[in-house]
Amino acid sequence: MPEPPHRRRAHARSSDLERYAGLFAQRTQVMRSSAMRDLMAITARPDVISLAGGLPDTSTFPPKAFAAQMTRIAQESAAEALQYGPTEGFRETVDCIIEVMGAEGMLPDPDDVIVTTGGQQAIDLICKALVDPGDAVICEAPTYPGAIPVFCSYQADTIQIECDGAGMRIDELEATLERLDEEGRRPKFVYSVPTFQNPAGVTMSLERRQRLVELARSRELLVVEDNPYGLLRFGGDALPPLYQLDGGDFVIYVGTLSKILSPGIRLGWAVAPPPVMEKVVLGKQAADLCTSTLTQYFVREYFGEGSWRQYIESLIGIYRSRRDAMVEALERYFPAQATWTEPDGGLFIWATLPPYIDTSDLLAKALRENVAFVPGQAAYVDGRGRNSMRLNFSSGSEDEIREGIRRIGKTIAGQVELYSALTGQELEVPASPERQKSVETENVLPFRKTGEGGA
Amino acid sequence: MKVAVLKGGRSLERGISLRSGARVEDALGRLGHEVLPLEADGDLVKRLTDGAPDVAFVAMHGMGGEDGTAQELLEILGIPFTGPGVAACARCIDKVLAKHELRSAGIPTPDWFAFNETAFRELGAADALGSLEERLGFPLVVKPSRGGSALGVKFAESWFDVPEALVSAFSYDDRVLLERFVDGRELAVSVLGGQPLPTVEAIPQAGHSYDFEARYEIGRTSFVCPADLSDEETVAVTEIALGAYGALGCSGFSRVDLILGADGPQVLEVNAIPGLTDTSLLPQAAEAAGMSFEQLVEKILDLALTPVRA
Repeated sequence: MPEPPHRRRAHARSSDLERYAGLFAQRTQVMRSSAMRDLMAITARPDVISLAGGLPDTSTFPPKAFAAQMTRIAQESAAEALQYGPTEGFRETVDCIIEVMGAEGMLPDPDDVIVTTGGQQAIDLICKALVDPGDAVICEAPTYPGAIPVFCSYQADTIQIECDGAGMRIDELEATLERLDEEGRRPKFVYSVPTFQNPAGVTMSLERRQRLVELARSRELLVVEDNPYGLLRFGGDALPPLYQLDGGDFVIYVGTLSKILSPGIRLGWAVAPPPVMEKVVLGKQAADLCTSTLTQYFVREYFGEGSWRQYIESLIGIYRSRRDAMVEALERYFPAQATWTEPDGGLFIWATLPPYIDTSDLLAKALRENVAFVPGQAAYVDGRGRNSMRLNFSSGSEDEIREGIRRIGKTIAGQVELYSALTGQELEVPASPERQKSVETENVLPFRKTGEGGA
Repeated sequence: MKVAVLKGGRSLERGISLRSGARVEDALGRLGHEVLPLEADGDLVKRLTDGAPDVAFVAMHGMGGEDGTAQELLEILGIPFTGPGVAACARCIDKVLAKHELRSAGIPTPDWFAFNETAFRELGAADALGSLEERLGFPLVVKPSRGGSALGVKFAESWFDVPEALVSAFSYDDRVLLERFVDGRELAVSVLGGQPLPTVEAIPQAGHSYDFEARYEIGRTSFVCPADLSDEETVAVTEIALGAYGALGCSGFSRVDLILGADGPQVLEVNAIPGLTDTSLLPQAAEAAGMSFEQLVEKILDLALTPVRA
């Protein structure tokens, strides 16, 4: 009998597993993975309408232009594009980055910029340079779900500060900093996605931005500003990034082309003061030597054509319509007890349900209706967020969004009815436009489930 | 021999099933069999018919694969298959049904009440919840009746946790059970062809529940096999596990999960098709009995081809 072509290791026994278990680093004990990962595996079924992803729409990127750009690289710079590059990235790539940051009013020194393999690597390298096991790292509650495994893998003590409609609660941050002072602890940094936050969709107000930057300066506190969505604004006035307000002394900036060009090319960057940058570069050297040279050549070609802003404009048009479709569908199909954010940009809406609904369990039920979302718990380190969910509006068509929200709404309605049958509570009146307005203007979002969480 | 490996499917345990299936395929390949890997989807019957395997290895967990559905199909197609038959699968997947069978057979299992969702929605069953405290006491465990994993299982410390726990459990099934919480050691006895394998004890590293995540994650739960039990305990646990295996009509292999509390061992559930992943308990138990994973897989195949099904 011929050997089948794919062969895994030939000796996976439990005694081997015990042996591996003895070798695992401490940090693997806190890496999260999970039931949710298994549930998310199901969301990838083709018949599932997934509002769970965070995928930008890449379907409108013109294939002809792409082909021409790649052809030019092949014809004119094949040898260089296939070679290693400098750890910090090519100067030409940095020039493109400076152009992108300039579009939001920032003017970094090119020497402060490092090109990374996606924004995700920038977060990782910053942690690598700054975080020892047990160190306090502060972030928003909820926070970017992809940042949590990074903080966990460096064994940070992650402290989450409540968000409302105006972003991170700076008063709560101050109280936390005071408390840490009393404990003799100095947090390594405050991580924030201040603009169109993932997952909550909220934007930090100008006043809070200013206060955060003042705090950073007066306390010599580092702030990591992660800004993947700033240029994807569909409404409202642009606010200055924290980096611009601070000038780059205490704000480390993380950027990416994932949401304005392509996530597949894996191109991000960090901007940091020189002493921090020095450590970040060493970390990058150890991690992968350099960011893909081919990717950087593509970026240079793409920006060289000078139409990158038009492409963003076209994305904004698409996303605005999709956000509108989602908000309309939420008003129509979600029950009266639900609230949600209405972002002026970015890719996500955060919806909060009555406290007795656990959205991980709801997801299991929703998957039977062939629809998926991200349970809110993924955005917390401490089990909070159980009754919230992240809904993505960038990757599906308007019809898919409407149908997806209809199905989720139907599933929630079933839970709400059941709960009222169990407790004898009267059902509230259905959703009305007035109610939504009041939520919007209240500027307070009930992110937190009332009372204590479950087991 | 040509062996079809059925895996995947639409159940919530799809991911685990794919891992079980992949591992079985590897072992079958090393044993020199011709492997026909089959993801359970809309073309399954066609591909089974076209592939004409000598035997099917069912590596599916949860609804659709462990509840008798896949087994029924294989019976219709006349393909011998591994693990328990249709009736045993249907009994094991439904915890309420299984508990009734166990109790009739005199096998100890914690006290419980079961409710259908319709009972709450249409018959005012909420009024019956009041007697729970006196009949079962707190804390109690709320579980979906069907489903092989710990998804949707919640502890209710008091009366106030019950409605929320029920809403969660009803997310997975339209029938749930509320079960008396028994504090004790968590044991699993895998049974292979009617013979018990050494008992595994699951010791969670943190928290009091042996949760879904810990179950499939290396390093989150430590497993001891054979479990550190006295001779009397071993006899009692094994006897009850074999009793449960028989009472539910299992054949081929299955895994009986028990809790060993102050009142002796009690059966929590029987998994008709236990996991076969790197971290699963049946392979660990087999290894403790001196069987390699390949030997285990070969034995399971042999049992499928000389079946004595209930």
